[in-house]
Parts: sequence; C-alpha cells; structure tokens
Amino acid sequence: MSVAALGRFYEDGEVIVRQGEAGDCMYVVQDGEVSIVREEDGHEILVGSAGRNEVLGEMAIFDHRPRSATIKAKGRARVLTLDKRNFLRRINEDPSLAFRMIETMSHRVRELNDQVVALQAQLDRRGG
Amino acid sequence: MVGLSTAPPDAGAGHEAVLTDGSRVAVVGGGPAGSLFAYFLLDMADRLGTRLAVDIYEPRLFEKPGPVGCNMCGGIISESLVQNLAVDGVWLSSDVVQRGIDSYVLHTDVGSVRIATPNDEMRIGAVHRGGGPRDVAEAKWESFDHHLMANATGLGASVVNARVEEVGRVEGRPAIQVKGGEPTPYDLVVVAAGVNTSILKVLEGLGIGYERPRLTKTLIREYYLGADVISRTIGTSMHVFLLNIPRLEFAAVIPKGDYATMCLLGEDIDNELGDRFASAPEVRAVMPEGWDADGKSCQCLPHINVHGVEKPYADRVVFIGDSGITRLYKDGIGAAYRTAKAAARTALFEGVSEEAFRDYYMPVCRSISGDNRIGEYAFVLTRVAQRLRIMRRAIVAIARDEQANGRRPRLSGVLWDIFSGSAPYSDIFRRMFDPILIARGAAAMPGVLASTVRGTRPARRADNATSTEVGS
Ligand SMILES: Cc1cc2nc3c(=O)[nH]c(=O)nc-3n(C[C@H](O)[C@H](O)[C@H](O)COP(=O)(O)OP(=O)(O)OC[C@H]3O[C@@H](n4cnc5c(N)ncnc54)[C@H](O)[C@@H]3O)c2cc1C
Repeated sequence: MSVAALGRFYEDGEVIVRQGEAGDCMYVVQDGEVSIVREEDGHEILVGSAGRNEVLGEMAIFDHRPRSATIKAKGRARVLTLDKRNFLRRINEDPSLAFRMIETMSHRVRELNDQVVALQAQLDRRGG
Repeated sequence: MVGLSTAPPDAGAGHEAVLTDGSRVAVVGGGPAGSLFAYFLLDMADRLGTRLAVDIYEPRLFEKPGPVGCNMCGGIISESLVQNLAVDGVWLSSDVVQRGIDSYVLHTDVGSVRIATPNDEMRIGAVHRGGGPRDVAEAKWESFDHHLMANATGLGASVVNARVEEVGRVEGRPAIQVKGGEPTPYDLVVVAAGVNTSILKVLEGLGIGYERPRLTKTLIREYYLGADVISRTIGTSMHVFLLNIPRLEFAAVIPKGDYATMCLLGEDIDNELGDRFASAPEVRAVMPEGWDADGKSCQCLPHINVHGVEKPYADRVVFIGDSGITRLYKDGIGAAYRTAKAAARTALFEGVSEEAFRDYYMPVCRSISGDNRIGEYAFVLTRVAQRLRIMRRAIVAIARDEQANGRRPRLSGVLWDIFSGSAPYSDIFRRMFDPILIARGAAAMPGVLASTVRGTRPARRADNATSTEVGS
C-alpha cells in the first residue's frame, strides 16, 4: 500500500545520491535494496549494497566532503531521508543514537579489510 | 496493603543502586514510553553484556479494536520521531503506518494554504494506536502501540497483562502489586502509565515527592470514510484549523487508512464544541461531499499533559512519557521516546539512584519543559491570530506568496514546525521574529488591508492532491 509508506519510492536504477555532489542528509533504506557504486573513468564499480534499516550517506555528514559514491535503487526501493540538522541535534542530546551507525560502519570496515586482503592475495599470486 | 510500606528508602540505600546481571525492572504501562524504554534498556544492556529481566505491566490489548486497545491520540508520528526511530532500527512498516503525510493545510475563514515537505517525501506517519475504532470490520493495519511492544518483547521483555493497583516499598526496594497478587519487589520501577489513569494518585501518596502533571481535556472523533474517499478528499495532508470559535484553541483532521481522525484542543472541551467545529464551513470543505458529522465511529475525551511534573524521579523509580514530562500540545510520542531513552541510558550507565536520575535524566526533562515555556508564547500568538482576522489574512498571504513565488519558506517553515512539532519551540520562536519575515509581513499589509475592507469570501473545497496552494 503505497499511500501508507514513509519516505519515497525509487524505481530500479534511479539515483538517490550521486558521487561528487555535496551532501547534507543521510538515508535509511525502508524496503528493497540499494547498490553503492563508484564511478571511475566512466566505469561503474559496485562497492556494496544495503537493505532494510541500513543507514547510508553518513560519511558526507561527518567528514564534510562530497559524496564518495553513487547510491541507486536495485529494483524498487523505499528510502527515507534524514535531516542533518535534526540528526546532529539529537546526537548532541543522545549520543547512543550513533550506536547502530557505528555498528554499521564497523561492518563496512570489516568487509573492506576482507576485500583488501583478498585483492592483496590476488596481486601476490600474480606477482609471484 | 500487605507487606508494602510507603516509607522512603533508608539513607544511603542509593549507593549501590546500579543494574547488574539478573537485575529486575518493572515498567508500569506499555504505551510508547514503556515499550520504548524496555526496548532501549535491553538493547543497550545487550551491548554491555548485562542480562536484565524486564516486565511490562499493561492491561490493554492493543491489537483489539475499540477502547480496550486504544491509547486515545491523534496518531501523528512526527517527522523527527520517524527519523530517530529509523536510525535506531525501529522499522515502521506500511502495515503500521496507515498513511504517509507529506503536507499540512492551514485553513482559516479567509482562505487556506498548503505547506509541503521537501522533496515530495512522506515524512510523517499517521497511525492508529490500537486496533482502530470499534466498528473496524477487517484488521488491515497493525496497532502502533502493539508494534512497539513487539519490538520490546523481541529483545526479551515479558508482558504481564494486568493493571498495577499499588506501588510501595519492600525493604527499601520499590514493589508493585496487581489485583489479587502479592507485592513483587524490583530493582527499578519505571512509571509509563500516561495521564489517563488513577495510578498516578497512588504514586502521589507515596511520599517520594511526585506530584501529578497538570491536565486538560481534549476531544477525539473517528469517522469511517473509506480509503479511496480519503485519498480523493483529505489526501495525504494533515489539516489544521485556525477558526474563531469560542473555547477552541486548535483543531486538526488527520487522514488514516479508512478513517479520518478529528482532534480538538481548547477550554472545557465538550460535545457541543465538537459539533460546532464539525459544522464549520471550513471543515465541511475538507470532508467529502455529503459527509454526516453525526455518523462518527467513536469518540473520546482523553486528558493531555499541559504542565509536566517537577520531580519525575526518586530512588529506583522514574517517571517517563506523559506520566512525567512531555511536549506542550505536540509530538507527545516523540517526547515519550526522548524521556524513555534518557531514562534507559541513565539506569544502565549511571545507576538508578535518585542522584543518578537527577544528574543525568532530569536535564533532558528540563530541556523539554524549558522549551515548553517558549512554546506557550508561540501559542499565545496563534490565539491572537485566531481572534484577529487581519493577522489570519497576513499569514495566508505571506505563506501563499512564499509558495507561489519560490521564496525561501520563512513563514511556511515556521508554520511547518509549529504544526509538525519537529523543531524546538525556541528555534521556531527565533525564526518568527526574523527581520525578513517581518518585512514580508509589512509588504503584504496593503493587500491584506484592502481585502479586509472588501470582506471575506467563502471557503472552497480544498483540492490538495494537485495544487500547492488551496482554498480561496
Ligand atoms: C487529543 C490528543 C491528541 C494527541 N495527538 C498526538 C499526536 O498526533 N502525536 C503525538 O505524538 N502525540 C499526540 N498526543 C499525545 C500522546 O497521546 C501522548 O504523549 C503519548 O500517548 C504518551 O505516551 P505514554 O506511553 O507516556 O502514555 P500512554 O500512551 O497514555 O500509555 C500509557 C499506558 O499505561 C497503561 N496504564 C495506565 N495505568 C496503568 C496501570 N495502573 N498499570 C499498568 N498499566 C497502566 C495504559 O493502559 C497505557 O497503555 C495526543 C494526545 C491527545 C490527548
């Protein structure tokens, strides 16, 4: 029932944020899935995907730099936008609001570490 | 009562007042405050590796339609609460949210104006707290209160389906008693019983410095209209009314799935005031053609907390949500979320002594009640607008001009925040006196004066589905 849904629907492939743009909000996936892609020399490299309850776009909020990747819907997805202002005000009163986000970021760093190790192993095999 | 004394705890009993493995916590009331408290306490305890036993006492059956399942309220989940719950991982599915709200329409006798959310997003939720009005034929949606309670039980909270009749102390520890039961001692008792309950009087008699909040009566009516009719008429907007009807301070019509909810605030609210509001042409213009104002599915006159308590805590006892401190007229569920979480954080990280609550819980309460004081001034201004047609004209003219000509939404933003309850009142108040806004007011005056001289025009049907500006 779409009248009942919070946030906004994005159709398959529709861009939610674009790499390189300035960002002053974050996103939480409510339904469906989104992919996170890096655009490098005209190529798109898939860096990950996210599903329900996952927070995205938090990096630009904290490091004040342009969006590091493009986020687009993978199939139809429902996504809620979070305002930077409300979020920072709330974190100021309630630092525990960041618990789940730190948890998500930790998962992502872990995944990145695994990928680095895998890539390094590949390079070593090629080199050796 | 057997075994329960109302004597204050021994001096120094608070010292080792901390929650540790195996500690037992009672939550009196499983509305939003109680369930969110249990949820956050258990979530944070799990991160710390502490195992707690949490019992939620709740006599209502939220899945059921009618009064047995209903915690009477307008059912608006504010923009900020929607976002906070999303970050906290409390997912609101489209089974719980009956309608996403993307705009407010302000109706006055001199026209209406629609104020929409940025980027066409549904940022506010409309829910039924229980299973819906008693004539619900088919359960299509999930009760909001039930949903939050399920989140708490999902983390291990137990629900005792009973009303707490007495609260006292057993050997310095708070204890609670249900009808026909024995007093059960706990390491912490959390009072989240709202204000529409007699238990607060019992707690006042406990000698712990608790005095009940100041209350006022409100009126809620539910009308069955059917989902399609609502989509075509009331739409996805919350309609708020600034009408010069004696005793009426604030009124809103909120679209749900199959029902529309009417909420009235004011002095000595009664049925007559409800009927008078329902027959106002501005209200009839929003409701479907041929709507029968007498054909309501249900009605109630619940109390609302208009002045929070001074001391919402004692040794091993804390009052959260409406039983303690809430926001004036707005976002009561959002305030329940804030106080519930602040109490959970304090209990787990700082302890459950009177001092811990005073030092770590009270500041959050104080920030809400301090902001309410500013809110009172903001509401005085809306009262003035209700009495002064020229002010209503100016508000409608400026807001329309901002919307139509793509100006920065200074007044629209202020109105949005007043209606939605999303921003602190201090923030809203500061922006009300923005020099550019005042200049816009002055610029609008000649037109406003001219139309005041010409007199009023009747309200037209609001077509909020297509236009950004409605009414005449
Ligand atoms: C007319 C009106 C419209 C409103 N509209 C909105 C709105 O649109 N949005 C919003 O955010 N807020 C709104 N509010 C405010 C909102 O209803 C409250 O702020 C909110 O319900 C507070 O939550 P709570 O958990 O503290 O209390 P409650 O929701 O009242 O829950 C208290 C619970 O305690 C239980 N209980 C009571 N006594 C006992 C006992 N002795 N033993 C065990 N359990 C007990 C009750 O059964 C109940 O389930 C409105 C209020 C009114 C009156």
